[in-house]
Amino acid sequence: MAHFCVENLSISFGGIKAVNNVSFEVEQNKIFSIIGPNGSGKTTIFNMISGIYKPNEGGVFLENENLVGLRPDTIARKGVARTFQNIQLFGNATVMDNLMLGRHIHMKTGIMSGAFMLGRRSPAAKEEIRHREVIEHIIDFLDLQALRDLFVSNLPYGKRKLVELGRALALEPKVLLLDEPSAGMNTEEKDDLRIWIKDIQEDYKVTILLIEHDMNMVMGISDRILAINQGVKIIEGTPQEIQRNSEVIAAYLGEED
Amino acid sequence: MDMKRDYYEDVELFKSGTILVWTVVLLIFLFTLAIYLPSYNIYLLNIIMVNVILAVGLNILVGYTGQISLGHAGFFAIGAYGTSLIMIHLHFPFIAALIIAALIAAIFGFIIGLPALRLEGPYLAIATLGFGLTIMHIIGRWDIFGGRMGITAPPLDLGISGSSMSWVIQGDVKIYYLILIITVLMVIGARNMMKTRVGRAFMSIRDDDIAAEVMGVNLTIYKTMSFAVSAFYAGVAGGLYGFVVGFFDPFTFNLILSILFLVMITVGGLGSIMGAIMGAILITYLQYDLLKNVENLPYVGGLLMTVSKKWFTVIGLANFSSIALGLIMIAIVIFEPLGMFGIWIRIKKYWKTWPF
Repeated sequence: MAHFCVENLSISFGGIKAVNNVSFEVEQNKIFSIIGPNGSGKTTIFNMISGIYKPNEGGVFLENENLVGLRPDTIARKGVARTFQNIQLFGNATVMDNLMLGRHIHMKTGIMSGAFMLGRRSPAAKEEIRHREVIEHIIDFLDLQALRDLFVSNLPYGKRKLVELGRALALEPKVLLLDEPSAGMNTEEKDDLRIWIKDIQEDYKVTILLIEHDMNMVMGISDRILAINQGVKIIEGTPQEIQRNSEVIAAYLGEED
Repeated sequence: MDMKRDYYEDVELFKSGTILVWTVVLLIFLFTLAIYLPSYNIYLLNIIMVNVILAVGLNILVGYTGQISLGHAGFFAIGAYGTSLIMIHLHFPFIAALIIAALIAAIFGFIIGLPALRLEGPYLAIATLGFGLTIMHIIGRWDIFGGRMGITAPPLDLGISGSSMSWVIQGDVKIYYLILIITVLMVIGARNMMKTRVGRAFMSIRDDDIAAEVMGVNLTIYKTMSFAVSAFYAGVAGGLYGFVVGFFDPFTFNLILSILFLVMITVGGLGSIMGAIMGAILITYLQYDLLKNVENLPYVGGLLMTVSKKWFTVIGLANFSSIALGLIMIAIVIFEPLGMFGIWIRIKKYWKTWPF
């Protein structure tokens, strides 16, 4: 079985089958994109993978372990991190605190050891220092140095997207789910993001699932692409195969007369 | 200079030498205060510090975790009754009794935290309100708690009472030193807790609980933990309060008290330790001292007295303090949503760039 796979995933809300029997497999350290028109169920698939929704049927397997039925925080501990379509950061905290929350599952400090953080030799302080060093790499990587101590709610949209990406990276996930990372970015930022996603793939050795509407980006960086429409899988294949597929063209551009 | 050289400086207690010096000066001032203040003012300071502990604890729950509690007078009562009863019946030393009582409060906090997993906002407020009122009435109807007559706090014994190890502390001044030490410890503890992993998890729940969960924060554990920690602080505050006032009955811990606690942190500034401290100081001072001082104001005092006697109550300015408190709260919420902490920040910024 592949590194990460989704089998026969289905969910319905009331009478609407939002996702219907979708399956796909992702090899380790590959970029796998999901495309489809608005409302086709892309984000719903992500929500089922990260445990926010419980699928009616099917399974999500990471290294042969079924994630369906686990709580979102347990799934995070198994190594699945994600970003959100409309940024969900912790607005009243600094960039540093947001990124440090990504280290939550790797840290141990509890109430008592936290309260008794007296002096730099205390266990809590040592742990803080160690993980702040890890965060520093992410800050360097995403070029966030100048924003470190700013409150997230004061940042421009594009920067917030980056902080959210950084927070997901801080978790050191095995699988990274990116939900429209380039939405709201200008061309320049999009170009940077493209390079960063490629770098994340290489440097962090993570498997990336990407939902994206920017076809240049999707076709440029994806190893494989899944196209869905109205919750149903249309086709899965390499970027070239997708571009040639008439059903995808129909879903995106409309039928030819 | 503001240049950081080391990650520890991010979480350090005293960020610079200047702050350390001023903190030491403040502590020396607080420790010598008892020498030149009259006894009533020391008593007032004791009440203020008790409220500081409670407000800091409540702010962990309300300001940092984004939950609400209208039942903190209940935890406060558990701390007060628990400490005194453990000392009267089991003859434990004060510190042990205080910690045990606060832990009992924390257990109740954990239990009250369970409905918080499903309830939000007004619904949670009602649930906690129910808890606060229930505790008040249970204590009032149970003989072991002294019933409606209330109980008198035992002698404050730091050692084991009735033995050669006995070390009884008496008088407002000595109690002042004891409470001051405990308050400083509790505040530093809260501050450190909020700067490390647990504090960040609380804050993440406040800002976006779905994102927090997806990042690996267990909502069940951290929401109940926040209630438990907050209740622990309330328990410690209650335990100390019992010895400050010496006598208390169930109706000391009424709904108005819970609301006053909320007023303290709202006026002081939600989500900041400093704000909780400032709010507790201001509101306690207003509550205990405003009456007396307003009466003595030239012209205005007499006028207010006449108005109050004519329209509100024959005793004088009793109701006036509630009105004043309400007005102050409304004014702060309208003009300074960050509370007194916001004012503090602005003053700090002003002096940083002074004289430019």
